Amino acid sequence: MMATIKVHGSPYSTATMRVTATLCEKQLEFELLYINVRNGDHKKEPFLSHNPFGQVPAFEDGDLKLFESRAITQYINHEYADKGTKLTISESKKMAIMWMWSEVESLHFDQAASKLVWELGIKPLFGAPLDPKIVEENEAKLDSILSVYEKRLSESKYLGGECFTLVDLHHLPSLHYLMKSQIKKLFESRPYVSAWVADITARPAWAKVIAMIPN
Amino acid sequence: MATPPPAVKVYGPALSTAVSRVLACLNEKDIPFQLIPLNMSKGEHKNPHFLKIHVCNTYYTSLVHSTLSLILINCVCVLLLSHTHILIILNSFQPFGQVPAFQDDHISLFESRAICRYVCEKHGGEKGNKQLYGTNPLAKASIDQWLEAEGQSFNPPSSTLVFQLAFAPRMKIKQDEGAIRQNKEKLKKVLDVYDKRLAETRYLAGDEFTLADLSHLPNIHYLVSSSDHEDTAALFTSERENVSRWWTEISTRQSWKNVIDLYPKP
Repeated sequence: MMATIKVHGSPYSTATMRVTATLCEKQLEFELLYINVRNGDHKKEPFLSHNPFGQVPAFEDGDLKLFESRAITQYINHEYADKGTKLTISESKKMAIMWMWSEVESLHFDQAASKLVWELGIKPLFGAPLDPKIVEENEAKLDSILSVYEKRLSESKYLGGECFTLVDLHHLPSLHYLMKSQIKKLFESRPYVSAWVADITARPAWAKVIAMIPN
Repeated sequence: MATPPPAVKVYGPALSTAVSRVLACLNEKDIPFQLIPLNMSKGEHKNPHFLKIHVCNTYYTSLVHSTLSLILINCVCVLLLSHTHILIILNSFQPFGQVPAFQDDHISLFESRAICRYVCEKHGGEKGNKQLYGTNPLAKASIDQWLEAEGQSFNPPSSTLVFQLAFAPRMKIKQDEGAIRQNKEKLKKVLDVYDKRLAETRYLAGDEFTLADLSHLPNIHYLVSSSDHEDTAALFTSERENVSRWWTEISTRQSWKNVIDLYPKP
């Protein structure tokens, strides 16, 4: 039977991996339709009709079409609540705290991390020279943010609360690139952050996402 | 008999874009609140009562400046006090030194968009605008999609422009022409996408006003009212037909007008 769930994206793309990681955690069948980002296919039709911002991924589930990885992961988790891993916290106050840290990832961590991933993780893949000023600036920002994370994780097992949720999952794709770069020292020098990274990157569902990246 | 004060407390100056976002949401949901403005120039943050609730941590190193300035960088509120040092107020629940902080029934939260979502979830079907965060999962997914687009694509360039065009002049800080140019170009591309979308639907997520539209109000307000930059205002008021229609509708909502009424008069 054809999968009703389709992801239009690239296995290298952090945002695409956020979605495929969620689908793997929820043990859902899906098709990954490859968009050649290097060719600029994400900036042209037919992809633009899926995401007018010209960014991967785009998502389909039957008639529903969505873009923005964090909106997609939330939808998947809600719609398939009874499948696979529970990736949210139901109690309303704890859920609010979880959302708060979700914004922290999206608006603080990712703003610095995504620039570092681009410079240190993606540019080398096609031999483009990195911009040391951007690396320096964002490394400093990330360092400050991780100090906040260290405090939080000394009080809470996972970033969003006491169990693994989408908040932690959303970090995985950036961590995949950052932990292979000079930036890893920012994580390794902080005991609670370091333990958290080791824990979440060891999840079997995440191993499946990495296995999709072509060599 | 006197009515008790509202249970909801929002900490921060009304004119902060992030604080305004939360106040607009509370107004849409008809939820009464206390706005605790934290007048840092009067040292209210040093009031022992305030300090009992909040913990001050230094986030940046101190500097000495001779002029009084207020800098809003995205959501960070920094006050440079004359002859003293930069004080960044970090509440015990505000590790990034940002406003707003929010308190309700013993829960403390930061991050304006998370606060808005919490307010909507808590008061979903009963109070005020019931469509604000959708009444079914598909509606909610569409709202989340455009809320994320606002946070990821609209907010970065528009926040930079708000600082450069609305706040830097007030504080006698030299504007960065390169940053203005660059971010205006980024913003135009985002607004081209919005204009196309708003040709198909009345509001961003569909045909109802939702959190996704509301989240845009504070930044656009500043860009439209920056008196010296009519070309920036025109991005929202004349250049794009559907964006202009949308801006007129969302900015004339009573819930938003009530927020602007709280801004200090020039």
